[in-house]
Amino acid sequence: MNWFDNLLVHSPALVVATPLLAAFLTPLVSRIGDTARNIFVVVMIAVTSVVFGILGFDVLVHGPRIYIFGDSNLVLPVVRILFEVDAFSILFASIALLLAFVGSIYSLSFMKNQDGLDKYYTLLLLLLTSILGMVLTGDLFNFFVFLEISCIASCALIAFWVHRAEVFEAAFKYIVVSSIAALFVLFAIGLLYAQYNALNIATLANLLQYTYLDKITLVLFLGALALKAGLAPLHLWLPDSYGEAPPSITIVIMGATMASAYGVLRICFTLYGSVFTTITPQTSIIVGWFIIALAVITIILGIFMALRQRDLMRLIAFAAVGEIGYIFIGVGVRLASATIDTANNISYPAYSVVALQGSIFHIFNDILDIGLLFLVAGAIYYVTKKRTLDDLQGLAHHMKFSTVFFIIGLFAVSGMPPFNGFDSKLMLYESTFQLNPILAIIEILFSILLLAVFVKVFYAVFMGPKPQTPKVLREVPKSMLVAMGFFAGLIIFIGVFPEFFLETIIQPAAHALLNHTQYITTVLGGM
Amino acid sequence: MNLVESLLEKFSTGSGFWHPILWILAFVFIFLLIYVLRMFGRKDYKKNTDQEQPFLSGNIEYSSDQTHVTASNLYWGFIHSMRSVYTVVTKIHTGDARDYVIWFTIILAVLFVILEVV
Repeated sequence: MNWFDNLLVHSPALVVATPLLAAFLTPLVSRIGDTARNIFVVVMIAVTSVVFGILGFDVLVHGPRIYIFGDSNLVLPVVRILFEVDAFSILFASIALLLAFVGSIYSLSFMKNQDGLDKYYTLLLLLLTSILGMVLTGDLFNFFVFLEISCIASCALIAFWVHRAEVFEAAFKYIVVSSIAALFVLFAIGLLYAQYNALNIATLANLLQYTYLDKITLVLFLGALALKAGLAPLHLWLPDSYGEAPPSITIVIMGATMASAYGVLRICFTLYGSVFTTITPQTSIIVGWFIIALAVITIILGIFMALRQRDLMRLIAFAAVGEIGYIFIGVGVRLASATIDTANNISYPAYSVVALQGSIFHIFNDILDIGLLFLVAGAIYYVTKKRTLDDLQGLAHHMKFSTVFFIIGLFAVSGMPPFNGFDSKLMLYESTFQLNPILAIIEILFSILLLAVFVKVFYAVFMGPKPQTPKVLREVPKSMLVAMGFFAGLIIFIGVFPEFFLETIIQPAAHALLNHTQYITTVLGGM
Repeated sequence: MNLVESLLEKFSTGSGFWHPILWILAFVFIFLLIYVLRMFGRKDYKKNTDQEQPFLSGNIEYSSDQTHVTASNLYWGFIHSMRSVYTVVTKIHTGDARDYVIWFTIILAVLFVILEVV
């Protein structure tokens, strides 16, 4: 094997190991100087992205890959870490890397001259490691370990701005919620291990019989991961955490939230895939309608609450809650649209696949749209040191680029064409309409309300007379503009060429998620 | 006919038709149309006079400093008319971490019931 083949073979491990190693090296590099540390962090994330790019291309072309730590000749069941990377994992890992890369570029200016930046970047890299680990691993206990790492790193980063008293409350709430969720996930994993003597997702998916304990496990997994993913009424921690963390970190924490959403999807479609399709098809419909109910509540609560917020960061955080509802409604439609014939065979209509693709597409779009809005909010805070809407006005006079970025984010998050949010929401509207028109009407109405929310913000913050401040207000530094511009460019590109993105990334991801047999045989056939 | 059919198939979303490039072209066409219509407008108005001011029933026009509405006053009517909804929605958001755990317990209980565990 030449060096490239070696790199490809070990790429699943390297994608996680590189940011982990970089995290521990960051305090040492910090001793050389701040510039060296900043360059080191950005370069290490870029290197990870390159290695991931090689892995991602290979997976999209040749199918899922497995990587066994410690031994290549393995006989299951045995407790050993195993990574299984398919197109669905690739999508989520690319989201995590994109967010970390943009977050680190944005931080170069945004966090400049602040204390404790060696710890900041160490935690940022640890958070990235944990998200990558969660979405690449094929082992449930390993998933729990990475979930715990993400909780601890996120909590510390939420509390990074120690001069604000509110951050401690937000961090406390986050760690309480995360610890409870992680403990319930561990409890569920323990129940599965006790029954099947295995921790590997593919092995468990193959063995699962939907016993009484399996039912309890499903409840624990769904409840705990819904709590971490921010589904209402379990979303209450999210506005505090998103609102109080530095915006450059908030976007990475959004990646951690989406990794929990990844967990919900893996549990429903891979671990319990055989159960839902062969053993007990009725459960698919029950779980589907339950998810739809929570998703509708999430949309309504998130957007209604966003409308009355006076703090810009909290307003965007509540909008993010509403968007999580849109993501999960497609998942619910896929599960709930199942039809069962007299022989107890299950089949899914064609629109259910579109619903799931719409959900997966909306995860990526939501990250970009809400991420861009958070970055613009950070830019506003950077320039004015204010975050209350009533204290802001006329910023378009001084921040022309940021104003344009906000308008792009505003239209994209509200699902206005031709931006990316419209493409995924159109898929969700059409597919949901076929299951139940009332659901589609709710989705459309609340998208309009979301538009109203951000039009209000735009009018209040950017329009009006020039702000009366003794300080001369200027546009933010270039690194922040580059970070925002990168998101804005992607929003427009995906909005104008959605087919390219759908065909190359989203449809393979949805296909990989639904094809649980391939996920199982990749491991069991590769032993 | 084949071209039309293939285009319709390409632009089909399952329930309707959509293509972002066409949307952008439509926008460009509308802007051009507006521009052409604007060219037919009167050019004999007197610049920098009251003719450029909006007609406010004879009232004096306030400066933008005096008329800018702050965020908390925007949509006041909507929020006021929806106050019964907001009373319920706001009550859920207590900010108390113990309530978060209660909601989690409720969701778990509902899941236990609907999946026939208990």
